[in-house]
Amino acid sequence: MTHEQLSPERLRSLLTTMVRIRALEERIQTLYMENHLISMSPHLSIGQEAVAAGVCAVLRRDDYIVTTHRGHGHSLAKGAEMRPMLAELCGRETGYCRGRGGSMHIADVKTGNLGANGIVGAGLPIACGAGLSIKYRGRDQVAVCFFGDGASNQGTFHESLNMAAAFKLPVVFVCENNLYALSTLHEKVSATADVADRAKGYDIPGVVVDGMDVLAVYETAAEAVAYAREEHGPSLIECKTYRYLGHGLSDHRPYRTREEEEEWRRDRDCLDRFQRLLIAQNCLMPEEFEEIQKAAVREAEDAAEYALASPWPQPEAVTENIY
Amino acid sequence: MSELSYREAIISALDEELERDPNVFLLGEDVGRFGGAMACSRGLFQKHGPKRVMDAPISEAAIVGCALGAALTGLRPIAEIMFIDFTTVCMDQIVNQVAKVTYMLGGQVRVPLVLRTQGGAGKSYAAQHSQSLEAWFAHVPGLKVVMPSTPADAKGLLKSAIREDCPVMFIEHKLLYNTKGEVPEGEYLIPIGVSEVKRQGRDVTVATYSYMVLKALTAAEELLKERGLSVEVIDLRTLSPLDMAPVYESVRKTGRLVCVEEDCRSYGIGAEITSRVQEHCFGYLDGPIQRVAALDCPIPCSHVLEKAVIPQVEDIKKAIFSATS
Repeated sequence: MTHEQLSPERLRSLLTTMVRIRALEERIQTLYMENHLISMSPHLSIGQEAVAAGVCAVLRRDDYIVTTHRGHGHSLAKGAEMRPMLAELCGRETGYCRGRGGSMHIADVKTGNLGANGIVGAGLPIACGAGLSIKYRGRDQVAVCFFGDGASNQGTFHESLNMAAAFKLPVVFVCENNLYALSTLHEKVSATADVADRAKGYDIPGVVVDGMDVLAVYETAAEAVAYAREEHGPSLIECKTYRYLGHGLSDHRPYRTREEEEEWRRDRDCLDRFQRLLIAQNCLMPEEFEEIQKAAVREAEDAAEYALASPWPQPEAVTENIY
Repeated sequence: MSELSYREAIISALDEELERDPNVFLLGEDVGRFGGAMACSRGLFQKHGPKRVMDAPISEAAIVGCALGAALTGLRPIAEIMFIDFTTVCMDQIVNQVAKVTYMLGGQVRVPLVLRTQGGAGKSYAAQHSQSLEAWFAHVPGLKVVMPSTPADAKGLLKSAIREDCPVMFIEHKLLYNTKGEVPEGEYLIPIGVSEVKRQGRDVTVATYSYMVLKALTAAEELLKERGLSVEVIDLRTLSPLDMAPVYESVRKTGRLVCVEEDCRSYGIGAEITSRVQEHCFGYLDGPIQRVAALDCPIPCSHVLEKAVIPQVEDIKKAIFSATS
């Protein structure tokens, strides 16, 4: 897809979403270093912003997403707000999950976000269920399932693709292949070079896309979402992408080289490429880009202040909502 | 009142709830045209159609996960896992997803989902098709566990389970399906989380559930004739949340308790009942609490061996007699 096919507003919106995700994730990184997260180290998606922004830009508010332990970007792109997200990460009562869920279970049901999941591959069948429900209720919603290269080897991946295909469910399976499942290089433990190859096994469309190119992601997602909405069934999109940081923040990445990381950041960064493209095409002025970045940082900072000033949950209420 | 089999009671409950609420649907292996491996959805596909009674592939994790996704987005699924032994294949979806999502998401969602399954030994189906795994699930916060012993209880409790806005695991017993009993006509519900005294008595309390209720009642009847013992049998019906009030009241009367269960003795349901009773009624106990349970052994195939592992009426009688001497 070329930039000419989208309006300047749309293009700036895509850029802004990516900028906001990065600003949010970077603020989470400093919150962690400052010891405010008190919990398991968060799983940040810095580097992968184009996938979240590109896919979610195609979706309606009433479409569903299911995401992973690395789900902050998807959640924000789908419409979650920074304040309750950071409050949740900081374990406060004002968080999306009232402090009960934390980073890996962020959900914002009002914006169709059925939740992040701490179990690799667990979201795929749940997304199928949302798809089944859509079809059952005769609606034209779509369910998008975000998952990683690691999940593509779980049994649930295979069960879910089969079931969605057999029942023609309106599900789009989006694999963010960031090459590593924690320390394990995907190609070393996988039978197929591309996750998208597996779509053939379930007789559904499968396509590989440059996950660092937000327009390519947007175009591919638009096609897959329309396909599902028009009741042709599920498809699989594999976005080749890269996380700049570790699996979690305590992961110092001994399994890859700093050169490799530098290469992705320097030559393939989704934000950098896109803002340069928009400026070159006169859809954006450099000052505007700076302003977008500053606004995002302010928004993240405001959210952090809100989170840190928020009340803690009451221990007496710990057994609420078990059922 | 009409006499129905346990199986017919289940079918009746499913049929009535499918009729009553268009959001209710069944999902499981062979539940559709075939009517279910245990024939518990017989006729429902023919009456309600393939959208309401769906055949799934052999994909337990996807069946449960799908049911969860549907429950999160406006529907009221009844997922069937053919044998409780197969829940091991989808434990993550049951324990980490279904049971926990309401809590983890801070109450943003409710999960109106019923997981129907069946367990139990006595048909020489061997170790992977005969287990009683209820203790595992009763141990998971966020999951209600219901195990009716009679057709009337089965119908009333299943209807209640379907109307609950939280996950309920409804565990049937393969030897109960053909048993018959009086079932009220018309609409009725039995509340989840309420035990019932199935037989009144003065001398000893027996706390039990599911198929063992029948064996305990037989033991009670025989002991009355043989030894003049008056045995009170309490059917727990729901294992989680457990209604212990009738058990405490009974123990305060009799001073003696026997727990009867089909699961393995160690770390089983009886251990939980025993623990709660000694917490609440310690001063009332005239002797140690007895547990009758399966041996800690995989269930063997040959009926001679199977009988040796699973509690029999004689084992229950021995334990009751032992408790009263």
